[in-house]
Order: sequence, then structure tokens, then C-alpha cells
Amino acid sequence: MLRYTLLRILGAIPTLLLVIALAFLMVHAAPGGPFDDERVLPADVEANIAAAYHLDDPLPKQFARYLGGLLKGDLGPSYRYRDYTVAELIGSAFPLSLKLGAMAMALALIVGVTAGTEAALHQGSRIDRVVMGFSMTGISIPVFVIAPVLVLLFAVKLQWLPAGWSGASGMGRYVLPVITLALPQVAYIARLTRASMIDVLGRDFIRTARAQGLGTRTVVRVHALKPAMLPVLSYLGPAIAAILTGSVVVEEIFGIPGLGQFFVRGALNRDYTLVLGIVVFYATLIISLNLLVDILYGAIDPRVRYR
Amino acid sequence: MTPVRYALRMRSLRVFALCVMLAGLAACGGEMGTGSAANTLQRGLPSDPETLDHHKARSTQAAEVLRDLGEGLAGFTANGELIPAAAESWDISADGLTYTFHLRDGLRWSNGDTLTAEHFAAGMRRLVNPATAAFYAQMIADIDNAVAIVAGEAAPEALGVEAVDDRTLVLRLARPTPYMLSLLTHPSTFPVHPGAIAEHGDGFARPGKLVSNGAYRLEAWVPGSIVALKRNEHYWNNDATAVDAVNYHVIVQNSAELNRYRAGELHTTSTVPPDAFAQVKDEYSDELRIAPYLAVYYYGYNMTKPLLRDNPALRQALSMAVDRELLAEKIMGRGEAPAYSWVPPGVNNYEPTKVGFASLAREEREQLARTRYKEAGYDKDNPLQIEVRYNTNDTNKKVAVAIQAMWREVLGVEATLINEEFQVLLTNMREAELTQVFRSSWIGDYNDAHTFLSILQGGNAANMPRYSSEEYDGLMEKAALQVDPERRRLYLEEAERVMLSDHPIIPLYFVVSKHLVSPDVEGWGDNVLDYHYSQHLSLKAAE
Repeated sequence: MLRYTLLRILGAIPTLLLVIALAFLMVHAAPGGPFDDERVLPADVEANIAAAYHLDDPLPKQFARYLGGLLKGDLGPSYRYRDYTVAELIGSAFPLSLKLGAMAMALALIVGVTAGTEAALHQGSRIDRVVMGFSMTGISIPVFVIAPVLVLLFAVKLQWLPAGWSGASGMGRYVLPVITLALPQVAYIARLTRASMIDVLGRDFIRTARAQGLGTRTVVRVHALKPAMLPVLSYLGPAIAAILTGSVVVEEIFGIPGLGQFFVRGALNRDYTLVLGIVVFYATLIISLNLLVDILYGAIDPRVRYR
Repeated sequence: MTPVRYALRMRSLRVFALCVMLAGLAACGGEMGTGSAANTLQRGLPSDPETLDHHKARSTQAAEVLRDLGEGLAGFTANGELIPAAAESWDISADGLTYTFHLRDGLRWSNGDTLTAEHFAAGMRRLVNPATAAFYAQMIADIDNAVAIVAGEAAPEALGVEAVDDRTLVLRLARPTPYMLSLLTHPSTFPVHPGAIAEHGDGFARPGKLVSNGAYRLEAWVPGSIVALKRNEHYWNNDATAVDAVNYHVIVQNSAELNRYRAGELHTTSTVPPDAFAQVKDEYSDELRIAPYLAVYYYGYNMTKPLLRDNPALRQALSMAVDRELLAEKIMGRGEAPAYSWVPPGVNNYEPTKVGFASLAREEREQLARTRYKEAGYDKDNPLQIEVRYNTNDTNKKVAVAIQAMWREVLGVEATLINEEFQVLLTNMREAELTQVFRSSWIGDYNDAHTFLSILQGGNAANMPRYSSEEYDGLMEKAALQVDPERRRLYLEEAERVMLSDHPIIPLYFVVSKHLVSPDVEGWGDNVLDYHYSQHLSLKAAE
């Protein structure tokens, strides 16, 4: 087990290096540099800037410098946010993106599963049609449309909630971004739950349970919910990915200083160090999560043996 | 359950559990709340300042915040008139080469330290020091030895700036620079607190470290979200400052900024989204502030390739075929003015020269354009095929489509529109290999025609068309050596006339500044530089 873990960690290093090298090449291959602007600078001034940020070194040397910094745990200074280091920016942005994502995911699960179950129990009824109609709408409307509509309604017209992040404090400012992120997932999860619940409710063991005199609620809670949740669970992976990518748009519209916004702006501004830092961070996170899951998986499932 | 499904289930469960755990951890972390207090001005800012180190800053949004934090020797009123700021007065020698500034009595930094003339001198030396790598090092290029210092050929101490005593600063210039005073309103010429740099090095421009000398001090800064300023109690004119705190909200999307204004979260916006302009004009006609701005939107020709370099008639024909009134009024329609010159109207002591065809009626102008087009060797049967490059955004696209249509209708030109990401377009413009016609714009740094005309001098790095004319450069040089403002103006105007008749560019329209200003805000003034110091503003509700 220990041997397996060590091997896996060692095996992850080349993967990570490859990701870093590819990302490094790609950001540098993109035309333009971090300090290019319509206001082109005199040659002497430009040379001083290139020297100060080591942009006049050949690429291999820049790459070596970057790797050297990484080994010391240093992601370098951001070119766009020159008073901050990349590590500081990620350190403040990631927890926020994560919190937002987790809240959206929780909301999507609770609302989606409840609505889907209700729809399945009242198949063909008005409730069913409302839930399915709503979920069809939720799936088809993109996030960048939902967000402004919610803002116009709840922030501009009703003035119940803040329209932007920086103008408010407390939990109120989470409400609209979380709802925006969760809505498409609510819709998807409701549809999945409904289909799967209808399937399960028709099975023999449910008939047996009913025959024993159990009420509908108890049958659903005790017997039907668990098996009906399987497709939903399988959907969690794609859902998390969708929420992470969706957060880029949501962060920009609500002005939330999250990781998605820094990533997109970093790429557009050719903020080499910030983009690379985020890539390295995500790659490390995904690799470690996978590793952790595989290890736990073995601990839980006795059929899995490590060699 | 099949093993595969089981595995899937276990894996998903684990990932989910991990995420919830991590989120729980994240939720425990503290975060800054920036509530809205009564006498706080809420302003929209289109992106973060790249730095609040005034020597390393470059963008207009950084400058906007820096003008609140710091103060130069001179400043502006809300309406853009130059006034004494940290200096209460100054003397200029007859040859225009020596400026003596007399600082106000009792100037202090935001931490209470005394501010002396030496701090201004140290600031300017730091600006030109190659180690600083300042983006605006060329701002004070006319001060003695500045160019040599930037090039690394002289020590920063050689700069022609001297603190004679605590309250007297002398600047020695290499050539008369009539706009010197307006340069000294620019954040790059603000003083530095020597202690802050000694203690924190280059990382001094952060909350808790930054010591400033303007009406405000830096309270907090969350990148991607907010820059919060508080009143500087040690500022010499603190009694005149009405607003206690200023929050600059970083809002990248202009439609989101508009919504936040509508929701009452902002007092001022940095712009108005183009596609919502008509609606805003209806809904908020009293709050919409449109004013001429020192900026020109233009198409440049690549003057290094034979197609356009060797064919002045073609350059003229393409320029003449553009209906600038239609473009400014119908396509843009936000108060933009049609551009027949390179220097915008409203510049101090300058009357922009217009291109020759500006006075022609539309029919005549188009007729002449067709004649020139024929002279250039093209006609309906042998149309010009040309590429127009612009950076991807809605406004640029609308303009490009309109110009493509105008060229087709008037001349029969077959133009191909190529939109590129901004950085790609910049690279292509600089390399001047692929480009034929490209979109660009220029924003003035100070209120003088020089900030526009100097761009098109041979050898200027920002000379995107690579225009090169000995006559033009000669006139610019003559103007630079001229002390008499009237004669200097004539040289500059003549230079513009020469350049415009060469047609290295197609000036299209003059940009306007567009803001929404809440009725609660008093003291807002329109000015061509689009500077809006928070210290000039006050809030009605707070009174």
C-alpha cells in the first residue's frame, strides 16, 4: 500500500512536468507579451522593462528559471498585478471559487433531487409538468443570460439583493451567484432523478415494500431513494466540471475575485506567471485528488488490491 | 450492482466528499467585508490598477486611483484648469529652461512625516532609473540628462532636478517644454516617501505599507474586486475634502457596471455600454455625462509595404471615401465627433488643421475619391483587394463593417475584415509585415498637441503606420526649440498639415468620455483629459 502510494506520487511528477512545459510553451507561443500596449514605449524604456522581468532571456533560460522557482515553491510575481505574487492571488481566489462551487453544488443536489422525486411520484400531473418544463428551460438558458436577468429582477427592480460582490458584505452577495451557478445543474439533476425514480418505483422490491403496508414517503425515503441516486452520483463529476467552468462567467458578471476570472484575464493579458501558476495549481489538485480517491477506493473496496 | 457501476459510484462519492471537506475549510477562512458607509463615494473602475506604485503604473485606471492617493506639483480643477497643487507657486526663466517651484508650507505624508522638495526630486530620479523599469520614464524626457539615464548612460543623480531647500525645487530642462506643468500633474512625477521604499523595497505599494501625499490614503485592495481609500487627515487641503472614503469597484463588464449603477450601488460609472446607450440616454438623460475626450480613433496604413507606401493617391482615395458624419452620428451615435484631423479639438493653444477634403460636400468628395482611385490604378473592373485588421470587439466590428461598405459603394474596393485578439493585432502592427490597414487609437497624456503629433515622428515607437517624413520631423524639431508659444503653435499646425496631406492615417472620429453620475454627486466637471479627482466631489445625502 505504501509502496503503491509512493509509486503513484513518483509517477505523477512526469505528468506534472509535461503539463507545465506544455502550458509554458503555449502561453509564450501566443503573440504579444504581458507589457504590449497600443501605447508603444520608447526602445530604451522597453529594454529596461524586459530586463527587469527577465523577458529578454532566451525561452529555455526563462523556463529553467521558472522551474527553479517552482522547486522552491515560488510561483513568481504576477505581471498584471505587479504588487502581488501569483501564490497570493491563487491563495485568495481559490477558496472563494471553491466555496461558491460547493454551495452551488449543494443547492443543486437538494433542490434537484427533491423536485425530481416529487415529479416522479406525481408522474403526468401538473407538478410533473411544471418541474419538467422548468428544467427544460434551465438546461437551455446559458449562464450569461440567467445572471443579468436575475440581477435585473432581484437587484435592480426589487432591490432585495446586491448586484455586485464588492458593494456588499455578508451572505447576501452569495445568493445570486450561487443560484445562477446552480440553476442549470438543478434542472439536469431533477430530470435524472425523475427518470431514475420512475424506473425504481416500478421494481419488484418497491411493490413488496408497499405490500407490507408502508406509506409512499417511507417507501421513497427508505427504499427507493438510494438506488435512484446512482445516475445522479455518476453525474457529479461532469457537474463539478460544469460548475467550475461556469464560474468564470459568473465571477465576471458579479465581479467576484475568484480563480476563474484571474485565469481568463491572465490569459488575455499574457500574464505568463499567473496563467502558469493557475495551471500548475489545477494540475496538482486534480492529480492529487485522483490519487487520493484511488487510495481511498482500495481502503474501502476489499476487491481492489494494490500491486 | 456491476463492479463498474460500483466503482463509478464510489469514485463520485469520494470526489464529492473531498470537495465538501475542502469547501468547509475554505468557509472557515476569514474574508474582508467592505460595507457601504454613509459618506463613501462608490466609483466604477474598468479593471484593477496593475500597480499602485506610481512609477510603475501605466493604465488610465491606475492613474485615476493614483490621482486620489498622490499629488504632484501642479494639479487640475474639476473642469480641467491647471492649478498649483503641492507647489503653491513657480517661476519660469525667460529661456523656458529653468523651473523653480515653491512648495506649500507644512506639507505632510499620510503617516504624518514632513514632505520636502527632496522627495519630489527622489521621485523623478526613481522614475528615470533603469532599475525601476518605469513605463512612463519618457514622461520627463525633456529634463536634463533624463534620456541618457533611461538608456543607462548616466547615473540617476545626473537628472536636472535639485532640491535647493526643503521647500524649493528646481528643474532644468534640455529644451523648452511649454507643457511641462501639465506633465507635473501626472502620477509618474509624484514624490516618493523615502522611508517606505527603504523599509519595504519595491513592494511598498500595498495596503498597510503605502504612504501617500494626496487627499486619500490606501485602506484596502482586493485584486479583482475593490480598491478602498480613506481620507488622508494630513493632507494640506484636507478641510476642502468632502468625501470621507472612496471605493473603486473593479467591474470588467460594462453591462454589469450599468446594472450596479441601476441598483444604486455606484455613484459614478467608468463608461456606458455601447449597446445600452440609447436606453440609458432615455432612462437617465440627466445623469449621463458626455464630454469631448483627448482621444482619436483611426485606421493606419502600413507605410513600409509598397502597396500603400508607393501610392499616395490610393491612400487619399480610401480616406476620402469614408463618410465620417455617418460614422460618428449614425454608427457610433454617442456624441463622437467626425475626425478630419489627427489632433482632437479642445487642445490648449492649438487649432487642429483639417484634411483638404473636409469642406467638400458628400457628392464632390466621393467624386474626387473615385478620380484618385482611378489615378491609383484601380477601377470597378480592377478593384483593390485589401485587408483591414481590428481587435475583436463590437464597436470595432461595427466601424469596420461600415467602412467596408463605404469603400465598396464609393470605389468598389473589396476589403476583407480580419478580427484578431488585441495582443495579436498589436504584434502584427509592430512587425508591420502582415498588416495593410489596421485599427488603432491614441489617447493624449497631457493637454498639448505634442502628445499627438510626436507619435508620428520618425523613430517614435508608437508610430504604428511607420510614417516617415523629413519635412514633418523638421517642423516638429523647430517647434520643440521654440520658446514663443504663438510661433510654436504655428509650427505644430504646419506639421499636422504636412502629415495630413501625406495620408499615412485615416482619422475616423474623436472619442468622447461617457459616465453616469448619480444626482447625489456634486462637483463633477467635464474635461478633455477625463480626470475626475474624488476630492472635488461631494455627496448630497451625506450633508
